[in-house]
Amino acid sequence: MSQPELLSQDFELGFTYTRSTGPVVGRFLTDLRDRIIVGIKGSDGKVYVPPMEYDPVTAEELSEFVEVGQSGEVVSWCWVKEPRDSHPSAVPFAWALIKLDGADVPMVHVLRASAESEVSTGMRVTARWAEETRGFITDIDGFVAAGDES
Amino acid sequence: MKDIAIVSFAQSDCVRNAGAKNEVELIMPVIKSALGAAGLSTAQDVDFTCSGSCDYQQGAAFAFVLGVDALGAVPPIKESHVEMDAAWALYEAILKIRMGHADSALVYGFGKSSPGELPTVLSQQLDPYYLAPLWVDTVSLAAMQARMMLDQGVMEEADMAAVVARSRRNALANNPHAQLKGEVAVEQLLAEETWVSPLRKHDCCPVSDGASAMVLCTVEKAREWGKPYAVISGIDHRIETHNLGARDLTRSVSTEQAAAVAGVSDGAIEVAEIYAPYSHQEIILTRALGLGSETVVNPSGGVLAGNLMMASGLSRIGEVAQRIINGDIKRGLAHATSGPCLQHNLVTVLEAA
Amino acid sequence: MSEEREMITGIEVPIYLKYHFTAGEATARFLSQVRQGKLVGQRCPSCNNVYLPPRGSCAACGVATTEEVEVADKCTVESFTIVYIPIPGNPIQPPYVIANLIPDGANISFIHLLSECDNDTVHRGQRVQAVWKPQEEWDYAMDNIRYFKPLDEPDVPSESIGKVPVTGWEV
Ligand SMILES: [Zn+2]
Repeated sequence: MSQPELLSQDFELGFTYTRSTGPVVGRFLTDLRDRIIVGIKGSDGKVYVPPMEYDPVTAEELSEFVEVGQSGEVVSWCWVKEPRDSHPSAVPFAWALIKLDGADVPMVHVLRASAESEVSTGMRVTARWAEETRGFITDIDGFVAAGDES
Repeated sequence: MKDIAIVSFAQSDCVRNAGAKNEVELIMPVIKSALGAAGLSTAQDVDFTCSGSCDYQQGAAFAFVLGVDALGAVPPIKESHVEMDAAWALYEAILKIRMGHADSALVYGFGKSSPGELPTVLSQQLDPYYLAPLWVDTVSLAAMQARMMLDQGVMEEADMAAVVARSRRNALANNPHAQLKGEVAVEQLLAEETWVSPLRKHDCCPVSDGASAMVLCTVEKAREWGKPYAVISGIDHRIETHNLGARDLTRSVSTEQAAAVAGVSDGAIEVAEIYAPYSHQEIILTRALGLGSETVVNPSGGVLAGNLMMASGLSRIGEVAQRIINGDIKRGLAHATSGPCLQHNLVTVLEAA
Repeated sequence: MSEEREMITGIEVPIYLKYHFTAGEATARFLSQVRQGKLVGQRCPSCNNVYLPPRGSCAACGVATTEEVEVADKCTVESFTIVYIPIPGNPIQPPYVIANLIPDGANISFIHLLSECDNDTVHRGQRVQAVWKPQEEWDYAMDNIRYFKPLDEPDVPSESIGKVPVTGWEV
């Protein structure tokens, strides 16, 4: 047999799912819509933001919500020079693990900065809200250096 | 409990793009090779078959079902699949044999990641409420893990580059299937610019297409077949919380636990094949496994030399088993991982008969 | 916080992933020849089964298939169903007939549409033939064949479907 022609084509696979949020995730997202950030107390009193439904150590069902601050500290970060199409930024940005004031466990979110040199571990950052909030993780448009949020 | 033997292993080359090869065309050569080395011809000749793959990689739903076309599954065979690395398919096969439901098994894994954008595809394995909608990719998560280690003084960038240099050198010397190999100096690597800072491109495993396969059986069966074999003396796997913030990302508690149960420290480890998709993760893992300078780490180059997503974990076990079967070493360990930032880890200890 | 605020109970999380798909060798060979208006399957060297479309292996024997076999565009209905519900994204209006068809010269079925037929009398063993699009519209796709329509030929007996070459087609 001769070599076959190479046949290839672009395609997009779509999964148009809806997800039930349940009482814990639903509460967190509802509060985001109201521009409030809540965490939840774990079995040992640690505050998890975003809230978890079950304690990762004891598996206990969690229910004690705690409002936390909208500012916090960068625990770790990376700099994305070449954002991917799917990324929530078309220009270079950072991903960061951010420990909000009043929380014990850091969360992953976007950190917007104009250059890598402006980001450092331990820096103070503040949430910047999306123009319209709808009860989704991206209601927080991203974090910015404290003082730059407006 | 029945002792379990690995009698054969085969792996394809790791290539960036397998092009015009479908699942069957990728799998069939390694299955034929592994079965042939065990003196067998089709999946009819073993009691159980289990595979590992993930359809999201190539974007073809139920691709793993099409893969069964490579097996010769008429009349019907006992078959199973894990949507994970085939190292976990091996684990399922071991359970099947230990329960007395099979005396022999064929295990294979395959991945065709080239059609998609793998780090983006893998972002969708994350928490579907808090992380997947952000599309945070796996390279970025690993980069934050590396930053923590650098910040805490657990390692320096030169340590990461040393891991990469050794991987490329070992791949050149020992691994005809490797995708990336060669002599490269640490200074040369450090001179390259960062990609997802602090990671440089070379700190990250390449994206590869390919497959690997293995035949295992009870020790009694291996003797009956008259084939040399390696004995699985211990195997265990542990998983950590999906909440990245709640983990200490600078160590791997799950690997430590699995290593203890698998009996890693019961004897000297001559060779360790470790599934570390990022250079800094090899540093975390060698510490978690308690390995010292007497152990040769990743003589194949590991996955920094070629990463068959969903088969590389099985290949780590195969690399060690093959060295024991060949009579080169007496005792070694293999490690496999799954999930972001080493969330889930499997440790296997292999010994000569 | 007001007590009566509407709680979020569900979220829409559409996922779209982009891929560049490359057909396997067997599929590429098949589609290249469909583009020329030919149906070319592959024969198993072990059991002689002819697969159309081919996937590069005999699923029964677990061996690679390489020998190419051109088959006819005349087929025998092995099984069928009549679809009454509209499928989102499918331009074909129900009710329509989908059938497992065994082409003359092969013995494994493939799926295609039946039309120009009386839905109420479609049956196993019925003989059908491809209705092709005009040649200038041929592409690398099975819808070069619009559908299959009934032939005025005697039925194939139930026990012989998929077992024998028929209507002068020599294996
Ligand atoms: Zn056959």
